[in-house]
Formats: sequence, structure tokens, C-alpha cells
Amino acid sequence: MEREFDFEKPVAEMEKAIEKLKASASGDTGSIAAQIAELEKKCEERKKEIYDSLTPWQTVQVARHPKRPVLYDYISLIFSDFIELHGDRAYGDDRALIGGFAKLGEQKVMLIGHSKGKNVDENVRRNFGMARPEGYRKALRLMRLAEKYNVPVVTFIDTPGAYPGLDAEERGQAEAIARNLTEMAKLEIPIVSIVTGEGGSGGALGIGVADVVLMLSNAVYSVISPEGCASILWRDAAYSAQAADSLKITAKSLLSLDVIDEIVKEPAGGAHTNHRATGDTIKKAILKHLKKLLTLTPAKLTEKRFEKFSAMGKFIK
Amino acid sequence: MAWFKKRDDRDGKKKSQDDIWVKCQSCSAHVFKQDFINNQSVCPKCNWHGKLTAYERIGLTLDSGTFVEMFENIRPADPLQFVDGKGPYTEKVEAARAKTKLNESIVTGAGKLNGLDVAVGVMDFRFLGGSLGSGTGEKILQAANYAYDKNIPYILFSASGGARMHEGILSLMQMAKTCAGVARLDAKKIPFISILTDPTTGGVSASYAMVGDVNLAEPGALIGFAGRRVIEQTIKQKLPDNFQTAEFVREHGFIDKIVHRRDMKKILHTILSYYNR
Repeated sequence: MEREFDFEKPVAEMEKAIEKLKASASGDTGSIAAQIAELEKKCEERKKEIYDSLTPWQTVQVARHPKRPVLYDYISLIFSDFIELHGDRAYGDDRALIGGFAKLGEQKVMLIGHSKGKNVDENVRRNFGMARPEGYRKALRLMRLAEKYNVPVVTFIDTPGAYPGLDAEERGQAEAIARNLTEMAKLEIPIVSIVTGEGGSGGALGIGVADVVLMLSNAVYSVISPEGCASILWRDAAYSAQAADSLKITAKSLLSLDVIDEIVKEPAGGAHTNHRATGDTIKKAILKHLKKLLTLTPAKLTEKRFEKFSAMGKFIK
Repeated sequence: MAWFKKRDDRDGKKKSQDDIWVKCQSCSAHVFKQDFINNQSVCPKCNWHGKLTAYERIGLTLDSGTFVEMFENIRPADPLQFVDGKGPYTEKVEAARAKTKLNESIVTGAGKLNGLDVAVGVMDFRFLGGSLGSGTGEKILQAANYAYDKNIPYILFSASGGARMHEGILSLMQMAKTCAGVARLDAKKIPFISILTDPTTGGVSASYAMVGDVNLAEPGALIGFAGRRVIEQTIKQKLPDNFQTAEFVREHGFIDKIVHRRDMKKILHTILSYYNR
């Protein structure tokens, strides 16, 4: 197992010791086997301990882990019959934000999500999951199609942010996101969103105005990246860890701020250590919420969504 | 320490000069402050539009004596107990409140525009850079709801650097919250006119400011999504001179009309006069 983080070192060492023992004890069924089992149990416990007490900045590292499952992993793990639909009908097709019809178990859905790559080439093609205006407009087109066909929308959020480029500004990045926020508020079908990795500001929210917002336990969701915040408010990106603390970007914090509805627990050691288990948990959580939402009338749905977002924020009256 | 004294004198002299003169931030001309103010804070030489306070803007937009302020007691809480390199958020809020005599970065209420009943929101850049905090979002939504209940048009002047980082994710959620309010107006076919003034960027441009039935802007206003520096660092190329000006954004199709400040009230009235329901 490849280890990327300092905070995982104790686990890595234990795993090494276990491997060694296993190698020396091949065929043994007695005391060494018992020792191995004991060590493995301890290792799992330690992993859980470490992952239960990650700092916000460590969580950011896990959320950006290069081996963390991306949208395409989830498409092959938990969805079937995915028919990708391309293009915004106005400018082009964004590879950073994709969507199409898919089945989640027996449930037909419109799946929309940011699409990060798994290696440099793929990431360049997919712009590291940073969508341009045509991506947001495609997403809206597909949501309207879903509304017409009476199919619920499921969105997977994993982006560093909307792409900050000259072309994106020229084609109206701000308007594209603003339009989605406005139209999603009115959409007369259930919407369930899950933040699976990085919830990067407006670029995340642009497909995140949902009836139910879920979040993986090591995902982050923030108004600005810790690095960006540190360089503005501390005038030094070296303060990213402090900024990550201050911004309250972890799933636990967001749950207590009533921004998300439920935390979807990752396996001990993080989603990157077990894609399949992560996918199964996500699938169960989405289906559970869709089932409830599908009993509501369109009028009730939009009314409840309006009330949900009306209640966002804390201020003094 | 004679030189210390001297410096004090110079500061005193500079201050009195600031009371008399305004230096145009565009053409650098020195203009009599009173002339500048009499000209609605527009440079008489080059037409540069300076920033207005919320109440100055209301005075220019609504019929005299008709504005009734609402939701004025809403002010920032400190939900994250946010502290940055320069101290706690609460101190910044108190400093802003003391400086501006405002409770939030927007003033909301209702009044008459050439006799038409309208709900209004006017952002004030002096209050924490006009940033979109929870209180700001609440006031924008409440004013939208007032327009919804009364069936009257909603006019919103933006002047903001974007979301308020000190309120973290809750400030991001104000984008969804305000857009939900505006969406309801749309569903009920109630006019919503957005006026983008200098500056309208980040989370404010990416929410209510960009989804007016009609988007108006003041000349030269900075309007955009990402910051210029961030974009330059990302794409590593030089940006056009007029990048993210109101004129640039209109050229690309996201602003209906650029309106000189002295014509704004007239244009708003003309547009609303086509509302025929």
C-alpha cells in the first residue's frame, strides 16, 4: 500500500510489520497467526483513530488524494447503463463536468458531476475538474431534460473550483453559475448532491442546490481554498493550515452549520483505500434519500427546497 | 525630534486639502470636492463613476422622502468564531459598523420610483468591501420576499468583492439563498432589475447580480468572476486592457446596457413602464 501522508506513518509501519510476520510465518496456524490477527486488528483500530482525528488541513490532503475515487470510478462501481450526453447546445462540451442518464440499482437518474482525471494526461483533458461556463450550461440543460422526463437528478461534486480563465470570463462563468443556482431552486424533480472530494466554492455550488446534500466524511466544502484564503487574509499561503481551521470546511463542521444533511462515512483509512466500500455506502445513502423525496409533489419539493436555502446562514436580528 | 512635528503639520495640511479636492481615480484630474459631489460623484472631466454610499444611491434613485428602510437591525454574527492574521472577525465587523453607521453591507427597503412602488436593495462597498455575509443574504432574500408578497418590482444595486470569507461556507450558501429568492420572483413574473456597480465580482456576480431580467451596469465598473491576479497566474498570459470592465462584459453579452449615473433613474423607470401585468 502506497502511503502519501506523514500522519499515516504509524499505520504504514504496522502494515510493514504484519507483512514481515506473514512472510516468515507462511503455513503457521498457531501463535504467529494469532499474533498477526491481533496486529491487524490493532492496525485497523489505529487507522480509525487517525482518520477520526484528522485536522482540517489533513482532511484537505485526503480529499485531494490522487488515488481517491473520481466520478468515473463511481460510474463503473455503482451506476449501470450510463449514457453520457454531451454539449451545452451553445458553445461546446466540457470534459470537466459531465452528465447523462444512468441507473443506480433499479432507480433511473440523471447523473451530473465534476470529472477529475486519475493521471496527468486525463487531468489535462478534464481540466482537473474545473468546469467552464459550457459545463454549467450543459448541467442545466440535463437538469431540465430530467425535469421533462420526470427523472430525479443526482450530482457528484468534486472540483477545486470553477475554472478561472480568460475564456471562462468571456463566456460568462459568473452568469452560468448564477443561472444554475436560480434554476435549480425551481426545478420540479428531486435533487440529491454528494460532495465526494473537494467542494470548491461557486464551482461546487453550481451543481449543488439540492434537496439533500450529502458529504463523504473526508471531503471538504469551502467558500475559498485554504491556500487562497491564507494568501488574502494572512497575506501568506504558508498559513493554509490555519485558514483550513478557521474556514470550518470538514463534513462535521458543515453538518453542525446545517449546510449538509448527512455525512456518508468512508472506510477506515479513507475512500482511497477501498473504492468499492465507499461506492456501496454512497449508493445506499442516495437511494435512501431519493426514495423519500420521490413521494413529494413537485410543489412540495420546491417549497421545501426554498425553505431549506432560506434558512441558510447565521446572523443577529 | 523636530522632523516628527514637521510630518504632523504636513498630515494636517494634506487632510485639509482632501476636504477640498478629489483626485479622479481614472484621469487623475483634481476636481473640487463639491463639484464632484454635485455631479453625483462622477468625474466632470472623464465621466469616471466613483463609489456611492447606499443612502446616496437611494437618494438618486427613489422619489424624495419615499424610502422606508426595512430589516435594518440584521447584522453579522460570528458563526465560525473566525480569526485571521489580523485578528477576530467580530472586531472587523464592529469597526465597519462604527465607520459606516450601517449594520450590514446592504440597505434594504421599499419606496417609489417616479411614483412606482418598488422594493430595493443597495449594497455599500464601505462595509467590509460589500461582502456577501449571512446578514446580507438574509436582507436580500427578505426584500425579495417583500416584493413577492406585494407584487412589486425588485431593484438591486450590487457593489461587492464577493462572498465574505470570514463566514466561510455560510457565505457561499448566501449565493443559493439569494438566487432562490429571485427565482421565486421569476416564477411569479415579478420584475427583477439588477444594476452592477463598481465592483461586482466573485460570489455576488455569480449569484443574484447576474440574473436580472435586465442587467444594467455603470460605466467602467469592474465586473467579473475570478480575480485578475488569479487568472493571470492560471493562464500565464496578459489580459486585455478592458478585461472585466462593464464594457467588456457587455461586449460578451452579459450586460444589457451601460447607463450613466445621471440617467439611471429614468432608464429604470422606462424599463419598468413596459411591465404590463
